[in-house]
Amino acid sequence: MKKYSWLTPVSILIFVVGTLIFLSPIFVPEDVNWPIKQKLKLGLDLRGGTQIVLTVVTKDLPEADRAAAVENNIRIIRNRIDQFGIAEPTIQKMGESDILVQLPGVKDPIAAENLIMKSAVLEFKLVAEPDIAEKFINQVDAIIQENLDKFPILAKLAAEDKALAKAETDTVKAGEGVFKSLITTMDRDLAVRYEDLEIVRSLLQDSTFVNLKPKGYDLVLESVDEKKKASREPVIIYVLESAAQLKGTDVDRASMEIGPSDSPNPQIANKPYISLTFTRAGARKFANCTGDNIGRRLAIVLDNTVYSAPVIQDRIPDGKAMITGQFTEQEAKSLAILLNNESLSAPIEPKYSTQVSATLGEDSIQSGLKAGLIGILAVIIFMIIFYKGAGLIADFVLVFNVGFILAAMTLFGGTLTMPGIAGIILTIGMAVDANVLIFERIKEELDAGRPPTSALDAGFKRATVTILDSNLTTLIAALVLYQFGTGPVRGFALTLTIGIIGSMFCAIVFSRYIMEKTMIRPGKTTMSI
Amino acid sequence: MRLFKNAKFPFVEKRYIFFTISAILVLASILGIIFKGINWSTDFTGAVSIIINMQPKDSKFPPLSIDNLRKVINDAGFKEAEIQFIGDSSNATFQIKVGGEDVNKVKEQITEVLTTQLPEYVQGRDMQNDVIRQIDVVGAKAGMEMRNNAIIAVLISMLFMIIYIWIRYEFTFGLMGIVALFHDVIILVGVFAFTQKEFTMTILAALLTLVGYSINDTIVIYDRIREDLKIHRKDSVPIIFNRAINSTLSRTVITGSTTLVTALSLYFFGGPVIHDFALAMSLGIIIGTYSSIFIASNLVLETFGHTRTEKQAIKHLTKKK
Repeated sequence: MKKYSWLTPVSILIFVVGTLIFLSPIFVPEDVNWPIKQKLKLGLDLRGGTQIVLTVVTKDLPEADRAAAVENNIRIIRNRIDQFGIAEPTIQKMGESDILVQLPGVKDPIAAENLIMKSAVLEFKLVAEPDIAEKFINQVDAIIQENLDKFPILAKLAAEDKALAKAETDTVKAGEGVFKSLITTMDRDLAVRYEDLEIVRSLLQDSTFVNLKPKGYDLVLESVDEKKKASREPVIIYVLESAAQLKGTDVDRASMEIGPSDSPNPQIANKPYISLTFTRAGARKFANCTGDNIGRRLAIVLDNTVYSAPVIQDRIPDGKAMITGQFTEQEAKSLAILLNNESLSAPIEPKYSTQVSATLGEDSIQSGLKAGLIGILAVIIFMIIFYKGAGLIADFVLVFNVGFILAAMTLFGGTLTMPGIAGIILTIGMAVDANVLIFERIKEELDAGRPPTSALDAGFKRATVTILDSNLTTLIAALVLYQFGTGPVRGFALTLTIGIIGSMFCAIVFSRYIMEKTMIRPGKTTMSI
Repeated sequence: MRLFKNAKFPFVEKRYIFFTISAILVLASILGIIFKGINWSTDFTGAVSIIINMQPKDSKFPPLSIDNLRKVINDAGFKEAEIQFIGDSSNATFQIKVGGEDVNKVKEQITEVLTTQLPEYVQGRDMQNDVIRQIDVVGAKAGMEMRNNAIIAVLISMLFMIIYIWIRYEFTFGLMGIVALFHDVIILVGVFAFTQKEFTMTILAALLTLVGYSINDTIVIYDRIREDLKIHRKDSVPIIFNRAINSTLSRTVITGSTTLVTALSLYFFGGPVIHDFALAMSLGIIIGTYSSIFIASNLVLETFGHTRTEKQAIKHLTKKK
């Protein structure tokens, strides 16, 4: 040990300074710009947070699949919230198809909503053949014309058109309604003028329209990227078959890739895109779909927006596809993450969001803290009565241990809940154990007639083996729980791991150092223990 | 101050008495778990969520606090009710989640409780539309999937503990240490089955703490057995086991007491919300300490020398690591 005599004081210094640094944010007021950004997160029971109620839109699903879709969405939302690093949320099904989400500490419901709602519903749908598309547009146009009173914005537009037509004595084609006037053509595609985009978009989302439009086909806009926004080019509108050929569940793995600069495909050359690998069943479906529809176009639809609609050149047997578009690297990456985590089984709409208070009332939090303090105080007094001077040192180190646990939880992003606080208080009871082991051992050695110096040395040496074995066993269990557990079990394992490491260090290194410095003096034959 | 100085209790000699006691407790617990079942709380099963507004018509009444409302709801038999303010607390709108599946029944019960216990807040108001704003069945927070996940995680962690103890000590030590752990867990779950107290997520945390605490306690004694086997080579194995338990008794009891003191302080002063958690912790500490002293080492003694000869086992245990 002599060789490393600097090691002990240095490690204690690191321990103490590290603890103080990460403990500091707890005592710094919110509005002060403090260099340590991590904050100890408090759970819903202590601080409250944001409650968001979402509705799963299941009306497009067969009756039998609805319940499963809601359950699936709950699981997916839980995974996402986990991955975005919000610990200990509450996620519950509410009623038939609502989901109640409570996020501790989140003060900005809009940001939280976006986080959950990034739905990434991926579908592959066939583009209708041009003649069918035209027929469909005509049908839609006729229906809108008949029900013009239900679409006030379009009615206004129609009235304006009429006025214009009269004024210029222009010939508005017979039988052509206001909807068709919004549709133009662009190369081989139908398109919407940029200035009409918002009108069309809100029409497509209008539930009256969705109910009235002929079944079997859907109108879907293409994605509008920055370039299009700048140039105000017309936006393509696709007529797609309603039945999806493949869905997000058929995707096994999605990843962001950047195409080589010499790629012959201009869509991916030097650009980020998402590469998809289908599951076995998905690959089979994809091969069949491409094989049966050579020459037709297959649209890749993400969140009800068409990203691309390539012509099927050949049967694709290898179960791979890609989504191209004007993605930034960041967009492509987060899309890939969302795709990997399964698409939502059905779209989600926000119902309302609101602040919620802590589930524990002020009184409960107060009494919990009071009980904790009483418990700690009892342990502290107990140690002084039993081990006198040595007990006092153990108590001093104990206080540091509590600070260390809170600091480490801040550092590792743990969430403190009432049971967590109770757990820490109990860790304290157990942290005393290491000291008890050492002190009992030293007493035994003193009883055997050894002088204090060697009794201290022998006591620590022997007890250290015991402490290591017993604590390492528990540590292994805690690490396994962290690895395999979910939700609160994981949080508990984190607290336990931190507690074990802290109490081992405090007992074996910290209190030993203080004891050696203060309790051992040459010529002294007794010890305050 | 010394506890149990030179203690010489016949722990090993009387081991069959303790085995019998434990066997009865474990058996009773298993029967209790099977026949009475575990009263899973709303963390694991569904609940009914009710949003109520408690703004009194007469503004002279003080605003209702969460703790007051909780007391009334608890007294009405909804033990693990979760209550929080929705929106700003000045709106006096509460969201309450209580156990149950029958919306109408819960609605009736809550209406009854509010009108009889907190009349000043609901007097002269339309109960059905104004006070009770919304009522829904909500699903489990954790659900059975998470519960099963937790059980699997605990089993895997036990496997790793056996392996570690096997390497550091000997196979029977590892195996019997885990048997003693099962003993502790089953008895504690049994207590919850018999009392039909609600088994919440926090109780699960208490159970996990018990696992860590109990194995820690047991290993300290194992460690002393290993050490004594090295020092007192002439003594017989039962004598060494008994001496090891006795010489660590002081530490076992002191540690158990300090931990128990903190748990009991939570029990008596911690308020209703952590009451059952503190109870589970206190019981867990008592059971864990009991099994470490009376069961874990004695079980090893019973099986010691079965997997290999006693001599080999001792050699394996005491070889330098």
